[in-house]
Amino acid sequence: MTLTLSEINEQRAQQSDYLWTLNFGPQHPATHTTLRLVLQLDGERVVDATPDIGYLHSGFEKLGEHLDYNQYVTITDRMNYISPAANGVAWHHAVENLMDIEITPRCQYIRVICAELCRISDHLLSCGAMGLDTGAFTFFLYAFYQRELIYDIFESLSGQRFHPGYTRVGGLFHDLTDVTIEKIRAFVRGFPKVHGELEKLLNRNRIYVDRTKGVAVLTKEEAINFSATGPIARASGVTRDLRKDEPYLCYADFDFQVPCMKTGDCYARYYVRMREMLESLKIVEQALENLPAGPINVGEDERTALPDKHAVYQSIEGTITHFELVMNNRGFEVPQEEVYGAIESPNGELGFYIVGDGSDVAYRAHCRPPSFIHFAIFPHLIRGHTLSDVVAVLGSLNIIAAELDR
Amino acid sequence: MSQVDLPDDVVITKLDELASWCRKNSLWPMPFATACCGIELMATGASRHDLARFGAEVFRFSPRQCDLMIVAGRVAMKMLPVMQRIWQQMHEPKWCISMGACASTGGVFDTYAVVQGIDRFIPVDMYIPGCPPRPEQLIQAIMDLQEKIQREGTLDGKEFNTSQRQQTKRALTELPIMGQSTVIR
Amino acid sequence: MSTETTQQIEQRIAGCTVSEFRGQARVVVPCEAIHEALTLLKNECGFDLLVEITCVDYLNFRDATDRFGLVYLLANSATNERIILRTYVNEPDPSVPTATDLWRGANWMEREVFDMYGINFAGHPDLRRILMPEEFTAFPLRKDYPMQGRGERHNFPVIRRGDA
Repeated sequence: MTLTLSEINEQRAQQSDYLWTLNFGPQHPATHTTLRLVLQLDGERVVDATPDIGYLHSGFEKLGEHLDYNQYVTITDRMNYISPAANGVAWHHAVENLMDIEITPRCQYIRVICAELCRISDHLLSCGAMGLDTGAFTFFLYAFYQRELIYDIFESLSGQRFHPGYTRVGGLFHDLTDVTIEKIRAFVRGFPKVHGELEKLLNRNRIYVDRTKGVAVLTKEEAINFSATGPIARASGVTRDLRKDEPYLCYADFDFQVPCMKTGDCYARYYVRMREMLESLKIVEQALENLPAGPINVGEDERTALPDKHAVYQSIEGTITHFELVMNNRGFEVPQEEVYGAIESPNGELGFYIVGDGSDVAYRAHCRPPSFIHFAIFPHLIRGHTLSDVVAVLGSLNIIAAELDR
Repeated sequence: MSQVDLPDDVVITKLDELASWCRKNSLWPMPFATACCGIELMATGASRHDLARFGAEVFRFSPRQCDLMIVAGRVAMKMLPVMQRIWQQMHEPKWCISMGACASTGGVFDTYAVVQGIDRFIPVDMYIPGCPPRPEQLIQAIMDLQEKIQREGTLDGKEFNTSQRQQTKRALTELPIMGQSTVIR
Repeated sequence: MSTETTQQIEQRIAGCTVSEFRGQARVVVPCEAIHEALTLLKNECGFDLLVEITCVDYLNFRDATDRFGLVYLLANSATNERIILRTYVNEPDPSVPTATDLWRGANWMEREVFDMYGINFAGHPDLRRILMPEEFTAFPLRKDYPMQGRGERHNFPVIRRGDA
């Protein structure tokens, strides 16, 4: 059971006054983001940790109650900012679930490509940052160069390299262009070689393995009890992956594996992420080869997808449709209902619980943030390990503050 | 007065300019990275953009070793006292870059928890627009800051203490808080 | 969604209503029976994964009779079924029993709901604010709290050039 700081102080003040308290964060190089830990140390050994979060709380969910279903994608992009497009896919997956919209096959495929590229870029950064903290700077530079290639893809896809804001209700902002397809192809061709080099750098690196193997073990039962999902649960032997278990979009069409490990330590979490990148690459390759033709948006008569910008500026019908959709209380037909929609984001199950009240603005837009739930496990994981393991555990959990605090 | 020929390896300059020249070419940034912009800050330091070309790659996480604070990302209510404390721990002369829309104005986050521009609470020398700004923009801002340091820097930091500058800063921080009474729909 | 589970809950818990929307089964349980329902679902129906706990403030909601709706999202990690459990609580003392004795993961989720809505989870081991500062007094996600806040965000001292 987790003890509060006051309880720890009370209990241990008399019996163990040799314990000392270390404040870690909120501005610390190894937290990468803004979170604070109050560590109780016995020499170098961590007796207890009390996380203190909220240093980046920006009221995302309150904003969700004031922005309409299309506008909110700009906010969800900034939620898990190392895999932005995946959040947009999750948000509009839930919204389309609420409005009962069946998106077109081409749109499904493009969304899958986006989500999987995001997974690769997320894992590259989380493994790279974990390497950086444990002393492997080269790995970080290699990984970041590959991320730049993915940024380039998103830049030609949407116009913004960092926050694409690419999905829309019932469709996408823009279709894939030939340039983008060529860039993705080039990335798919080149990445396996770099991935092999990355694996050679760390997989059997003595220092890295010593610092991560057997550190912070999470058993399968604990993983389920703590509501862990994603790579963290899969490194502990939970085989749950929403892409296989509740196939959303068009994941049922693809041939891919879900990497799992049983040991549940930091190394397993790192290794699961490394293997997942290759599986994601397989999905991207298959999706690109089998990309269906056809429209990316659902039909205009359904009054959900925004019309093409060309149509808005050139034809009166397009202008009218656009205005109808962006005007208050003229746009979407939303039932007065509540719905939950989730996808397998790079970090785990990312879901949105949306309450619609008939208007074009959500009455409540709640996000199930994987980082928040994973960080709650941290005190349990670090107890009994040394101070130098703190950064390895933090890196392996991949805590993103904007998603943690929202 | 007779003209004296200097040897080739001697340069005469003002002491102020010499100090500014030294300072501008060895900026040590303190990355106060909170959110998305922090990743772009990392990208600026990493492989492709390579901030080392401008003498500002020595990221130090201890405020006592730094002279340039780069506030990258939105600053929430809970984080602001931390930021002020870090700013106060830095030694003079020091400069501050507000990177991105959120740090400069609050950006898209006009909510109860986000400070609407850090310049309300600490002095800022350079603002970078963008959400997040591209690494090139950050590099441009650092170059502009270097030019500014060269232009108006003095040996004993007189440029930080002019009354006119204080006044403009005060006017900026005492602007009425916008949108406090209206609810955005 | 198997009807067995919903039937079982209907039989065991008095006063609950079952509905379905877009293939998601929802059960509304009376507030005092929520812990019993969670225990039943976890121990007998195999819903071992607590996905999320959240809350909705129905202050301006059309046809709403209760103020707060608590939402428990559960999943079965073996069969991948999901179920949504809901209950309503009201002012002046919105309180429900905690689920931390069933799931350790519920700890932070309940703290977040407490922080944002001020709902008391009776028996919670460590019910403190988690996202907002300790000295914050309002509950920001309640519908009667304005989006721009009440000026808390600018209630700080200003540091000028000369001060440092």
